[in-house]
Amino acid sequence: MRDSLTLYLIAAMLCSGIGSSMFSLLANRYPWVLRLAAFPLLCLSGLASLAVGALALLEGVTLAIELPFGLPWLHWHFRLDPLAGFFLGIIGIITAVVGVYGPSYTRKYQQGPYSLSALGFFTGLFVVGMQLVVLADDAFAFMVAWEVMSVASYFLVAYEHHQAANRRAAFLYLLMAQIGAVLILLCFGIFSGFSDDFTFDAFRVAELDPLWASLAFTLALAGFGMKAGLVPLHVWLPEAHPVAPSHISALMSGVMLKVAVYGFIRMLFDFLGPLRWEWGLVLLTAGSVTAVYGVLYALVQTDLKRVLAYSSVENIGIIFICLGFSVTYLANDAPIIGVLGLIAALYHVLNHALFKSLLFLNAGAVIERSHEHDLEAMGGLIRRMPWTGLFFLVGCLSISALPPFNGFVSEWLTFQTALQAPALESGVLRAVIPIVAAILALTGALAAACFVRVYGISFLGQPRGRHARRAREVRMGMLIAQGTLAGLCVLTGLLPTMVVTLIGAVTDSLLHEPIAAATRHGWLWLTPIAPETASYSAPLIMLGVLMALAAWFCVWIWLRKSRKKNPTARRDPWDCGFGGLTPRMQYTATAFAMPFEQVFRHTWRLKTQCTREMDSNLATKPENLEYQLEVEDRAWLWLYAPVGKWVLNASRLVARIQTGHIRHYLAYSFLTLIVLLWLIS
Amino acid sequence: MVDLVNVLEWVFALLQMALFVVAAPLFTAWIKRVKCWLQNRRSPPLSQPYRDLRRLFSKQVLLAHTASPLFRTAPYLVFGTTVIAAAVVPLIALELPTARIADAIVLVGLFGLGRFFLALAGLDVGTTFGGMGASREMTVGALAEPAMLMVIFALAMGAASTNLSTVIHSMLAQGLALRPSLLFAFLALLLVGIAETGRVPVDNPATHLELTMIHEAMILEYTGRQLALMEWAAQLKLMIYGVLVCNLFFPWGIAQTLDPASLLIAGGLLSVKLIILGAVLAVAEGLVAKMRFFKVPVFLAVAFTLALVGMLSFVMLESAS
Repeated sequence: MRDSLTLYLIAAMLCSGIGSSMFSLLANRYPWVLRLAAFPLLCLSGLASLAVGALALLEGVTLAIELPFGLPWLHWHFRLDPLAGFFLGIIGIITAVVGVYGPSYTRKYQQGPYSLSALGFFTGLFVVGMQLVVLADDAFAFMVAWEVMSVASYFLVAYEHHQAANRRAAFLYLLMAQIGAVLILLCFGIFSGFSDDFTFDAFRVAELDPLWASLAFTLALAGFGMKAGLVPLHVWLPEAHPVAPSHISALMSGVMLKVAVYGFIRMLFDFLGPLRWEWGLVLLTAGSVTAVYGVLYALVQTDLKRVLAYSSVENIGIIFICLGFSVTYLANDAPIIGVLGLIAALYHVLNHALFKSLLFLNAGAVIERSHEHDLEAMGGLIRRMPWTGLFFLVGCLSISALPPFNGFVSEWLTFQTALQAPALESGVLRAVIPIVAAILALTGALAAACFVRVYGISFLGQPRGRHARRAREVRMGMLIAQGTLAGLCVLTGLLPTMVVTLIGAVTDSLLHEPIAAATRHGWLWLTPIAPETASYSAPLIMLGVLMALAAWFCVWIWLRKSRKKNPTARRDPWDCGFGGLTPRMQYTATAFAMPFEQVFRHTWRLKTQCTREMDSNLATKPENLEYQLEVEDRAWLWLYAPVGKWVLNASRLVARIQTGHIRHYLAYSFLTLIVLLWLIS
Repeated sequence: MVDLVNVLEWVFALLQMALFVVAAPLFTAWIKRVKCWLQNRRSPPLSQPYRDLRRLFSKQVLLAHTASPLFRTAPYLVFGTTVIAAAVVPLIALELPTARIADAIVLVGLFGLGRFFLALAGLDVGTTFGGMGASREMTVGALAEPAMLMVIFALAMGAASTNLSTVIHSMLAQGLALRPSLLFAFLALLLVGIAETGRVPVDNPATHLELTMIHEAMILEYTGRQLALMEWAAQLKLMIYGVLVCNLFFPWGIAQTLDPASLLIAGGLLSVKLIILGAVLAVAEGLVAKMRFFKVPVFLAVAFTLALVGMLSFVMLESAS
């Protein structure tokens, strides 16, 4: 009964996703199709996906399906288990929300030069691709779904293709996605070499040599890491996210990166046999570097969506740190703490999906209304767009890992995992883990600074530009979508025990190690190891915060009468007595980040240019001041520029055989023929 | 854990929180008094901060033209988070239900939440000084917070717990033993506390020069009761750090049961400790000059390194046994 219900739901999920794609083909002729059919179907697909996920997590439904597609000797296998269910749930939530957000958001493309059909068609395919990746149970189906996801998202990144920069970003994305796919394929190749089959069931029982296992691990890390955005493979992220439409950025950053994490978790905890602590160290290093690098670059960007993209890099780093802790503990016979690490990782996956999608949807609203990508031209938006301002604030608080919001819970769980380091035998690991925890602490604090900057410069202060001064609140659909995600951010922060119970189903099925201690003391208390060791009660902290707000409200009510008589006096702000404060005298985003630039100056390649024109009558009075700051990603310099140069040189060498004489080409064919004959004989 | 909830304990915990909040201005006044003595000035009475608060609370609130609702709610949130933080820290009694709400990591998170809103309030009006203060505060905070967490980790690994009550318990159980990790953590916590509470040499609470301000620059636009709440929250934060230093490293005398005699002793001893700490702080502030802002990261890097060394020395030397 439950199984057939699940099957129907999966069918509904895929059919409505594909249906959304198909209907959108009409959108160029009838734009309302997108609004009234494509996005509602997408929302439906998301809800069905969420329902499937809920069934898998709550009811423990697992089922395997074999479909007669694909190669004659290898039909497509699909399988639903708690891990797949968890990620399906995440895909579902964000897709459903995007389905609500989309109709209002895509109005702005109706008059534009770009094809609405393409937008709807590829969005549907993209979502279906992601759902199939998670469900796939053999290498062939996985790769097909993976490619559908990658290629569909390429067209979405290249959507506004009239600008050369956008085409370039999309090409970079496609290139890296394909290289990543090749690496994943090679990794599957190792598994199938040891199991003589392409199904994941065979991969699970395959016994790899330690050397081959490590090679498979490395390939998987690079392949999935390229999609997820591990430094230094992250360069496509800050290029692709800003140019895609915002709801697509939300899907890509919130969900697609998580699908890559899913692939890695599946590979690591499901296929690879006994875990090795060296892998844990590799993961910890990669994660730490990614986290700090991401947040430092996020801190100096002035393009709103670039900040968010680099912050995604940071959060992927945090997730990999959690995975690294988990592997290290599991490999050292500390299974309970290892499970805790995996729970922290999955919790952060969920959190990041929620708050990063929220922030990208907010960014879409802000950019639509202020017509600005640049933080330096925003300001004062909270007065013009109060609801978006509120939801953006929730997103910023969540991503900055502040209690009682959701980002804090996963960070807290990670710290609790790290603090169990004395349980380990090896002295090196006992020292490394706390150092990684220190890096994580630094990352969290820098993220808070980064988002104070983003929120303070864009929403607070006075408007810095003409458009920001005239911004209006966005339409209802966009507000509902943002509000839903903001509510979920608060909820997952407020009820960590319930989320941990849900994730517990995943870790239980994956590692067969139940985590009962964390939730033993009821919904009010989260106690990951034991109540004496550590406990956290988010609801009570929220109660405290609400009481502070209630105090403000009481004062406000109490003074209502007297305020009617003489309203709260408004005065000019303090201007040192010189008078005439203008919006240009406010602190800018660049100025805000300046102390950080001083402290961490070796991280970036900063190009500053300052031109100053002095008054002709008074040599000390500047007439015109221009300051330009360019931030270059060091990864380009260190990795991509040499590789690019090498590839160019190599192709130039190869190009020498292209002489243009037909005789030479005939000779090449002849030689090839001979070599082939020799090989066959 | 619900069965542990004892009404009496909760009532006492709330009373202790109230005591914390009420006593906070006194600690600030004491430091000021010692400083005045050292500078051969006549000091204001110890009740001066209370009089200031009363005066501010009864004054009219003035708002800048550009102030948004966030500006008006921020003082309540900053004060509220600081009060929750105070509720978590054991003051004179150890076994309190409130200590279970949040452990030491959450305590740092609560300070972070307060700082977040403080910095946003600084940016809200849209003046140069507010932004300047916010940017500096977030820089100091971003470097001090990891150092603070390292201190907590060093202590928490020793006690195998991040719960402040349990940490203090294990300190009491160990007796007086000079361990290298504790020494490093103690020094680091002192430095972090100075930076976080905006004392000399990181920030000067008595400054009147806008260009050098950090904390004062952010609350420059506040008036009346909103200013009072901001000031009070800052005093409370100073008190919390003072109590943390005293109770984490010199916990002897803290009441382990709720009988009046031991509570009285605990209160008396804590006062003595705070008086000594305040005097030391005042003397130290008299000896050093405020440093340039760009030297502050070095100061905090020292704190961070000390805490890290403390934690590593625990991991390497002390946990093996």
